[in-house]
Amino acid sequence: MTAASKPAAPEATPTTTYREALRAGLRDAMLADDRVFLMGEDVGAYGGSFGVSRGLLKEFGPLRIRDTPLSESGFVGAGIGAAIGGMRPVVEVMTVNFSLLALDQIVNTAATLSHMSNGQFSVPVVIRMTTGAGRQLAAQHSHSLEGWYAHVPGLKVVTPATVEDARGIIPAALADPNPVLIFEHGSLYTDSAVLPADPAPISLTGAATRRSGSDVTLVTFGGSLPRVLEAAEFLSQTGVSAEVLDLRCLRPLDEDAILASVRRTHRAVIVDEAWRSGAFAAEVAARIAERAFYDLDAPVERIGSVEVPIPYAKALEDAALPTVERIVTAALRTVGRHE
Amino acid sequence: MPSLGADMESGVLLEWLVEPGAQVHRGDIVAVVDTDKAEIEIESFEDGTIDDLMEPGARVPVGERIATITVDPTSGSQPDPAPVPAPTPAQPVKSVVPTPTPAPSPPAPVAAAPRVVLPHHERPRVSPLARRAAEARHVDLTHLEGTGYDHAIVLADVERADADSRIPTTEPATSALAGAAAPDGHAATMREATAALMARSKREIPHFSVETTIDLANAMAWLESHNAGRPAAERVLPAALLLAATARAARDVPELNAHFEGGRVKPATAVHVGVAIALRGGGLIAPAILDADRSSVDETMERLRDVATRAKRGVMRASEMTQATITVTNLGDRGADKVLGVIYPPQVAIVGLGAIRDRVTAVDGMIAVRPSVIATVAADHRVTDGHQASRFLAALDHHLQTPELF
Amino acid sequence: MTVTDDARQRLRSMLLTRRFEERCAELYSASKIRGFLHLSIGQEAVSTGAVRALTADDAIVATYREHGHALARGVPAETLMAEMYGRAEGCCGGRGGSMHLFDASRRFYGGNAIVAAGLPLAVGLAMADQAQGRPNVTACFFGEGAMAEGEFHEAMNLAALWKLPVLFLCENNGYAMGTALARSESETDLCLKASAYEVPAWPVDGMDVEAVEASVAHAALAVREGGGPHFLELRTYRFRAHSMYDPDLYRSKQEIADWKLRDPLITYPQQLEARGMEADDLQVLEREVKAELDAAVEFAEGGTPAPVGELLRHVYAEAS
Repeated sequence: MTAASKPAAPEATPTTTYREALRAGLRDAMLADDRVFLMGEDVGAYGGSFGVSRGLLKEFGPLRIRDTPLSESGFVGAGIGAAIGGMRPVVEVMTVNFSLLALDQIVNTAATLSHMSNGQFSVPVVIRMTTGAGRQLAAQHSHSLEGWYAHVPGLKVVTPATVEDARGIIPAALADPNPVLIFEHGSLYTDSAVLPADPAPISLTGAATRRSGSDVTLVTFGGSLPRVLEAAEFLSQTGVSAEVLDLRCLRPLDEDAILASVRRTHRAVIVDEAWRSGAFAAEVAARIAERAFYDLDAPVERIGSVEVPIPYAKALEDAALPTVERIVTAALRTVGRHE
Repeated sequence: MPSLGADMESGVLLEWLVEPGAQVHRGDIVAVVDTDKAEIEIESFEDGTIDDLMEPGARVPVGERIATITVDPTSGSQPDPAPVPAPTPAQPVKSVVPTPTPAPSPPAPVAAAPRVVLPHHERPRVSPLARRAAEARHVDLTHLEGTGYDHAIVLADVERADADSRIPTTEPATSALAGAAAPDGHAATMREATAALMARSKREIPHFSVETTIDLANAMAWLESHNAGRPAAERVLPAALLLAATARAARDVPELNAHFEGGRVKPATAVHVGVAIALRGGGLIAPAILDADRSSVDETMERLRDVATRAKRGVMRASEMTQATITVTNLGDRGADKVLGVIYPPQVAIVGLGAIRDRVTAVDGMIAVRPSVIATVAADHRVTDGHQASRFLAALDHHLQTPELF
Repeated sequence: MTVTDDARQRLRSMLLTRRFEERCAELYSASKIRGFLHLSIGQEAVSTGAVRALTADDAIVATYREHGHALARGVPAETLMAEMYGRAEGCCGGRGGSMHLFDASRRFYGGNAIVAAGLPLAVGLAMADQAQGRPNVTACFFGEGAMAEGEFHEAMNLAALWKLPVLFLCENNGYAMGTALARSESETDLCLKASAYEVPAWPVDGMDVEAVEASVAHAALAVREGGGPHFLELRTYRFRAHSMYDPDLYRSKQEIADWKLRDPLITYPQQLEARGMEADDLQVLEREVKAELDAAVEFAEGGTPAPVGELLRHVYAEAS
């Protein structure tokens, strides 16, 4: 080499945040199909209350990036109507808490139309919302209610937990002819990863093994995944090999993946940020009890939030939410280590 | 607290298997006691109503009351005893185990304490997976110690028990597995208890021993034909044959089949042969095969397997632990040619059996190679001497020449 | 002046609705029809007049009291009756029943058993038409009780804000189940409420089928031509109970009697006779309707019970 050759500039690895990944997926879908449009509160001029749609108004105009009044039931219902009228709406409900104002449309209309019309209609609407706690947003902005929605047949409920899933989830949801609810945990938006320039499509449903292990299966989804991975790493240092199963989709539930893993490890800890009573974790635990009872070598453990409205003060909020320590302790109990 | 061994001074009451107020019958298993050597099920020797149960967990000196059994005067004649008025001073009250006589002690505090409903489990805690595995492998869960969630029995416990039970006789006390699997604290105390007992034996008992080499050609030939066509699991091992012969020899020479207690010899009325078994975590126990002189070779084999398996799980029956009248230590499987045992007090003799080997010997004036065993007997010189010991070995030899008569 | 075909069709449509519902009441009493059954007897001029004023490409969103709308839209009485019977041959395969009649081929987006829930749906249907450049109107029926719901206000605002082609048709029969309008609304002038959203609104005599038809046609034209949503208050009355049976404690017999004087199935034939309809013509229509309903009941009676083996179908869309 000659003296002129200079050291290669340290090429900054282009990383993508979860937020950017969602936006890229939405943008892809809008470019691919002009029936796709986004509507919701402050998705346009404001750029999305969590910044997901920033810049898209300029690119697609106000009819395809449509700001709505504060009328959750109205615009979610309109999204459902537009879907049965041939459009492919993506409806952004700012947070899961506000979605309660649209519960009627989601549960009574979107979920029922196909079945009660004997298949005459399908409802290809995508409804996105932020979920979860951990950001000191206090009692009315910290719910984890995805389990409620997962109760309802006719809906599909997905909980992208990685940047890769965020990148592919909106196109995958739009490709599905059914109402799909996407729950984006608020703590994930700033997560980042390096994505390929042209990412492969993802499947909407099906669980993913995020870490393989042989002693205990940690079942989780959404915003709890990073904590569970941290717990699994800690466990490995104490000699416990934990498998981490990310459910990805709560309905339809990938029961086979859960059972296959538990049948291998014989132990399960389910981590779900929702309150423990009646949480989705209870459903997972029940399925394990029903279908893998004779493979269990320890009781199934559930880790959820403490049963209080999530408080504002950081110390209080931290005390209310699942922690790595609680996950680790539960996992150790299942292997007979009571330390 | 019953005495469950000569070396036992106290025991830890682990668990009641009956509720307060339950009707118990003679022979019912009512509780589990840890003697440091083993977890032992204790039985009631009375028919009646058990009450005043001491709370489990405490270490209790031998002889202290752990419960009372109110003897039902109409016992056996009516299934439902008539309601009893609260104070029943006229009715006889017996301690749960009648002997030894309880030492004078302050009134048991539990007598006045409010009745506690004990957290005893109807079923042992066993994981579903472990239960299924135990069923498939025919592992008895009753006495396994759990190492899982909340100390439940889990798959690993069953697998360990299963691995152990595949060895019908003893396992070297120095096994590398020791301690790794067994609860360490328990193993340590068992080692200590064995040490104390053996030290006492050597300290107090003037041992002497005699030995002989016994030709086993007949015995092995008989065994071969006896086992012909049987699956491996049902074959009789030479150890059982030797044990059956020992029991019969002990019957023939009652001076060696006795206890020496309080300076007096008490000849035994039956032959209960103790079998020395090395425990994985260290230590020895010698549970008895009761009435071994009356068992066929097959029965002896079966009971040997059973007692060895259960011994490794750490829980024996009280009768097995206290009633041996003579003990056999057989190190043949481990390759030793000869073993001179240390007597288990209060017994007066211990029989040592080495490896069965082909040895050069003279038969009818000709050199021959025959299977043989070196048998020894160590005996308490306070109560017996070489004459009886030699007679014993002669009897043993005799029985081993005629196994078909067993 | 002779009677036009249109007039005969209006009369026949109202007659079919009336006799269909009377037959339903009878079959309900005989336990052939179960569940909730809400009859619109007395309100036939609204469903017949309004639906006749729409084109075949327009969308219709109706309520749980929608037998008349479905019949007026041309959903065959046979498949409707089969649906009432829970038959596989029903318009929804027996899954919907009286409150959930759908017919995608006729853009009939169904009964809806949640009061006011159809309004946002209509907004969305209109968005789809607008976005795809189709000159269609979405006609959305709802009762005056729905106007106390938030979804009414949200939907009116959205439709007006986005100038969507929605025709809001309020069937004001005076009672939300048993609650009179004045007992549930601080402002009883419903058109005034709609006007608050800058939506053109006017009241119509809902007992006059021709008035309903003319008004709806007029409003639909304005909507179709880009005039944004319109609102009509169609004043009508239901003669029977809210559902199959109720004790009618909330209104007087005199009030019912007074409204019955304006029964469109009495007044409209009288008008037509005055215009020269033969006295026999009504009997001819009655006989036609009877034959049609006899056939519908026979069809339903002979239908296949909804197959339990297909219970799980259509929870999700099936791959086509």
